[in-house]
Amino acid sequence: MATAAFSRYADLPALIGLMTGDEKHRAASESTLDVLWVLYDRILRVTPATADDPDRDRFLLSKGHGPMAYYAILAAKGFIGVHELRDWASHGSRLGQHPDGVLVPGVEIGSGSLGHGLGLAVGTALGLRAQGRTGPRTVVLTGDAELDEGSNHEAIAAAARLGLGSITAVVVDNRSATHGWPGGIATRFQTEGWTADTVSGRDHRALEAALSVRDPAVPHAVVARV
Amino acid sequence: MSIAPAARRTAEERPAVTRQPMREAFLETVADALDTDPRLMVVLADISSDRLDAAGARHPARVVNVGIREQLQIGVAGGLALTGMRPVVHTFSSFLVERPFEQLKLDLGHQNAGAVLGGIGASYDYAAAGRTHMAPGDVALLDTLPGWTVHVPGHADEAAALTRAALPGDDRVYLRLAMYGNAAARPTGPHLVPIRTGSARSAGVVVAVGPMLDRVLAATEGLDVTVAYTTTPRPFDRAGLHRLAAAAGHPDVLMVEPYLAGTSAHEAAAALEDRRHRQRSLGVPRGAELRRYGTPADHDRAHGLDTEGIAKAARDFFLV
Repeated sequence: MATAAFSRYADLPALIGLMTGDEKHRAASESTLDVLWVLYDRILRVTPATADDPDRDRFLLSKGHGPMAYYAILAAKGFIGVHELRDWASHGSRLGQHPDGVLVPGVEIGSGSLGHGLGLAVGTALGLRAQGRTGPRTVVLTGDAELDEGSNHEAIAAAARLGLGSITAVVVDNRSATHGWPGGIATRFQTEGWTADTVSGRDHRALEAALSVRDPAVPHAVVARV
Repeated sequence: MSIAPAARRTAEERPAVTRQPMREAFLETVADALDTDPRLMVVLADISSDRLDAAGARHPARVVNVGIREQLQIGVAGGLALTGMRPVVHTFSSFLVERPFEQLKLDLGHQNAGAVLGGIGASYDYAAAGRTHMAPGDVALLDTLPGWTVHVPGHADEAAALTRAALPGDDRVYLRLAMYGNAAARPTGPHLVPIRTGSARSAGVVVAVGPMLDRVLAATEGLDVTVAYTTTPRPFDRAGLHRLAAAAGHPDVLMVEPYLAGTSAHEAAAALEDRRHRQRSLGVPRGAELRRYGTPADHDRAHGLDTEGIAKAARDFFLV
């Protein structure tokens, strides 16, 4: 089978390079690159053709900062054109330094202000459940520093008690939270009734395994350390 | 039932303030609609949850109480709307509009998501509870965000009608459900409704929003002015105000609103930008926090929003 141009993992540095003008260095430092790739390549059941299908899996990028890896993967998977990356964040581009779900196909939410994705994910999961849609998953990606925002903890506390097993929270942990998380991030979720795994955020196989865990009644957290 | 202290009422004065069960009207309307509209979902943060127990038992997946978590309450509403559901969100206005304000801006507005918000307690219906439970700034705050329809009913029947009309939509609607209002229900809709029309030589137009109507009518008794009523200050009926002002002897406008003074001053200014006019805004003053408890009537009086205060301001403004 022929591989479309710029559709492989190995192409991501070049795609990110279109945005940063620096092919090698910035791409490697993208903390979300591997998690996002594993999600879009192996986990999420959503394609450009099903981006509006009510039974698609939802991916909510809560941590809207540094979206280059996200845009690169959306381009690699055909949600947006590769040519759009070059003039990103310009006045005429629909790709900003924080993504806008209204503007970009395949982007579920606009984010940038931290601490909004988990609440939106709880609502998304409740809405899908009320419609009897038990298939779709709702995956939300946050960062360890983003968890500083108290709004996350309202959502973390409620999700398990509401039995929202369709939610998977991915916390990309690059130890950037100013006051840290003594005892670990996973325990914050486990105490509130979630299951949780902590894996290397660079290990595709480990990420895939952790992201595949699904108990229909219990939300799951994956702490991806980078 | 009047809340005006009897001692202040003269023999010929009718009660200008009537207790109105708008919260109950809203909750009953929503509970009934849950039975017929499968898109509807209610998101609560403990407040009024007991009153929706029966509806929740009938529709357990569509009545959700997130506990005392108002940021989550709005976030959940945004997520629900993104899946095509119609969220109804209800709590005290102070915790519905002020506390999770960024969620209103981002989880609803920025996501292009809609919801029906039913807020109680504004501006100072629970005056004895103090400043923490007061929200005179709710409408002014929402006015900073695009795309909101704001309903301020003055009667429980109006609250029910406005709720019923809002539920089928996809837009962002705030229902300001007061405990006190007017003795009779008036037409609801997007337009200013003339209740009393002044002569061709009249002094101007008084706009009464929601619960202010009966006291405005009592306060302007004997004045040659047009009194217009609205339950829907946003979007504001600029064309209607222009028409009424043009028909008056003077295009002068006195706005009487139950929330922050001047909230609609810019709307009146825009409506009348093509003609020389005077305008004055009555409402809850912005300058200082009134550190008092007591009753809503006490606060009306302190802010000049009782019949006597409005009458004095109207005579002063219209130069009569």
